[in-house]
Amino acid sequence: MSTFEFPPSIRSRPVYCVLQARPGKAHLMIADAEGAEALIDLALRAPELMAKAHVIYIPKATDFGAALKALNPAQYYEGPSYSAAVSRIKRVFLDASMGLQIYLSGTEGLMGQALSEAMQAGYDHTAIQTEHRGSLARRMQCVHCKGITEDVSNDPFQCSHCGLNLFVRDHYSRRLAAFQGVCIDAEEPGNVPPSKELYS
Amino acid sequence: MTGTAPNSTAPKTVGAAKLAVRVSAITTLNALVTRFEFQRIDGTDFPTFSGGAHTVVEMMDGEKKRLNPYSLMSDPAELSTYAISVRRDDQGRGGSLFMHQKIKVGDEMALSYPVNLFVLDLRARKHLFVAGGIGITPFLAQIKQLEAIGGNWELHYSCRSPDLGSYVDELTENYPHATSVYYDDKKQSIDLDNLLDGQPFGTHLYVCGPKGMIDWVRKTATATGWPQAHVHHEEFLAPQPGRPFAVRLKKSELTVEVGAQESLLEAIERLGVDAPYLCRGGACGQCETDVLDSDGTFLHRDHWLEDDEKESGEKIMPCVSRFEGKILVLNR
Ligand code: FES
Repeated sequence: MSTFEFPPSIRSRPVYCVLQARPGKAHLMIADAEGAEALIDLALRAPELMAKAHVIYIPKATDFGAALKALNPAQYYEGPSYSAAVSRIKRVFLDASMGLQIYLSGTEGLMGQALSEAMQAGYDHTAIQTEHRGSLARRMQCVHCKGITEDVSNDPFQCSHCGLNLFVRDHYSRRLAAFQGVCIDAEEPGNVPPSKELYS
Repeated sequence: MTGTAPNSTAPKTVGAAKLAVRVSAITTLNALVTRFEFQRIDGTDFPTFSGGAHTVVEMMDGEKKRLNPYSLMSDPAELSTYAISVRRDDQGRGGSLFMHQKIKVGDEMALSYPVNLFVLDLRARKHLFVAGGIGITPFLAQIKQLEAIGGNWELHYSCRSPDLGSYVDELTENYPHATSVYYDDKKQSIDLDNLLDGQPFGTHLYVCGPKGMIDWVRKTATATGWPQAHVHHEEFLAPQPGRPFAVRLKKSELTVEVGAQESLLEAIERLGVDAPYLCRGGACGQCETDVLDSDGTFLHRDHWLEDDEKESGEKIMPCVSRFEGKILVLNR
């Protein structure tokens, strides 16, 4: 099952919903990996969206591509990574009009980054729907060196830039689309608790 | 305005500092609308404000103190003067008539600190303004503010007739490409579906005017996929007369009879009880008051309380809402 119930946390932590069809002139759907399942569910509930839908999908070693394409969206794009897709996403926001509805699904990293792009285009984040599916891995920013480590699924973890041992916090930056990682052994270097899988 | 916190330079205690002013100019714009300009008596600059802010004007009408909110329409960069435009309402409770008939250049008055319940969202890629009649006033200040920073805006302004088109000449002369005017008497109306279609992503929509216009614009926007956070409106209600009713103020240990022509808030103030307010028009939420006991019917008229709060009988907005019945006890 690709859904997960996140335990309640601090206010900073994003919360996700189940995607709902909303009236709109056009519908932009961006997903990665198991996020495809949320789009498929949405299309089942509201097939009429697809004739005006633009789907941008990053499979990440899953094989939902064919099922998504079979929904017959007006436009379909599949890319190897978020960074490969981001220029297209920016372009869509630049050319879009008000009345566009935005649906994001999949990992927190994907949703957060696409949401941040929409915000930079002047769109209010509260108007964007997000449904989490699949991996619980997070996009983390090291608060010390500011480097970003993608797909962090263990806590603590080692910063991929400066090598510090970082504690995975729920403190989130919407602008950076990243959770904050804080040095866990600053007072006693080397005293690092064993790393555990997130939410295990 | 969608639930944003009131934005004010005013001290938090209510009834505190007011701005002592002198009327420095009065200009008749047309048969219904007159502009009043004020300067501070001590000669200093006014507090800064942002486009969309209003001030509550205190009018001493004989024994009666009237407090009416008006949008500041002057240039936010020009702080030697505050200006408001007042539309005469012959059917109203008399505040606008008092301004039109009694106020003379040189008169001393008091204004509240500015409060903004209709702020520009400066993250917007474009600002789309829809105004009806006197609803033009907040936009006049917002346009000046945006012009100073090179903001992207467009105005669609609907008036009854050319004779009553306040500021139309100034707007069409200074901003011919950004201003569109529509006259009712020429059967011109805003083609809203068309206007809302194709606005750049990141546009914010603002509407100020009669209630019917506000409802129409908000409904059309929602139906075509505009999110609430991008649609702003300002609608101050004037308190409506009604049947007199009695209120017990528990904390103050006072009872007051609210007259037919006065609002509950005004009655409370008449007793000298310090009650909070900002807009006096059911929009800001500041005057929200807990009801301790009641037996009767609430006549809720505000835009603040949620429907379930209105039904609960536990809250009332005394600036615009009334009560009919036997017992009303407030925590004030
Ligand atoms: S004073 Fe603003 S809602 Fe009553």
